[in-house]
Amino acid sequence: MAKVVVVTSGKGGVGKTTSTAALGAALAQLGQNVVIIDFDVGLRNLDLVMGAERRVVYDFINVTQGVAKLSQALIRDKRLDKLALLPASQTRDKDALTEDGVQRVIAALRQQFDWVICDSPAGIERGATLAMRFADEAIVVTNPEVSSVRDSDRIIGILDAKTVKAERGDRVEKHLLITRYDQARAARGEMLTIDDVLEILSTPLLGIVPESEEVLRASNLGSPVTFNNPGSGPARAYFDAARRLMGESIQMTIPTDKQGFLGKLFGRRAA
Amino acid sequence: MNLFSLFKRRSSAPVARDRLQILLAHERTTRGPSDLLFILREEILATVGRHVDINPERVTVQMDRGEKVSILEVDIEIPNTVRAPSGRTRRKRSPLPAPRPV
Repeated sequence: MAKVVVVTSGKGGVGKTTSTAALGAALAQLGQNVVIIDFDVGLRNLDLVMGAERRVVYDFINVTQGVAKLSQALIRDKRLDKLALLPASQTRDKDALTEDGVQRVIAALRQQFDWVICDSPAGIERGATLAMRFADEAIVVTNPEVSSVRDSDRIIGILDAKTVKAERGDRVEKHLLITRYDQARAARGEMLTIDDVLEILSTPLLGIVPESEEVLRASNLGSPVTFNNPGSGPARAYFDAARRLMGESIQMTIPTDKQGFLGKLFGRRAA
Repeated sequence: MNLFSLFKRRSSAPVARDRLQILLAHERTTRGPSDLLFILREEILATVGRHVDINPERVTVQMDRGEKVSILEVDIEIPNTVRAPSGRTRRKRSPLPAPRPV
């Protein structure tokens, strides 16, 4: 049975798109059939982070309006054919995406894939509520920082009220993904700790992605960090998170970037 | 300020945690009653609607939150039909306990 997962946060810039790309890629690398959907109408970026920006011909709205077939709009990843992308439209008319259209496309994708991962736009407006509307599970991306935690609390409330599952009296299973975590700063009392965030949001933890230069390097290259540097701290964090999504129980750690002897000697190569 | 504090900055994370806990406790309670109001409105309308014809747009439901008690005010306009010969408006006032502090 396919699972529909929304990656959401309320606040912008916390790593929804980066996390969608990395988790989608990690699940595909673990043998799952995955499609990632960009819901950010007018501000699409998942194609860029995936390195597929020059391959976009048709988009999500074209499919809902019957201009293109789903198979024409899906972009198969060149590195791994178990991974596909459905890009957002760059139209300025945000109302072009309808609930009915989203429902039909998600129902069709459920037939073809094991995982349908919806990259939500920031905010709590229509785009964000449409992205979560048909979700079975939600990943709430949070930075250990006051405004992000507050917005996550808000979005958790909305997940419990505005999803189809919630309206039927069922529950959307929620997972917290803490990104840009700096263990040294948390230890010095300069950053909220994992326990602080968990206590405030009381949502189960899916993973801890450390602050790392590997994340920017990967997006510069248009390659999810799990492809680009699978041994790096963030990549290992995303692999662990993907395994937990698949139901494996894996001890929670904060993976760090290991730097080898040569790396230390010559410094980081430019990307 | 002693010499020690010159070298050691006070840690800011506990301040962040406390501020968030206070803020979110407040925001969660203000989120709750607005749903309560919606539920009350729907149920009161359904009950009254079983006995008289009412226009859902001519109904206002308000909550005045006081420190000790809150007032729920329901204003339903009932058209002058055969079934409801007297009076234009019926007004109900009922005190509700203030929202529980969390």
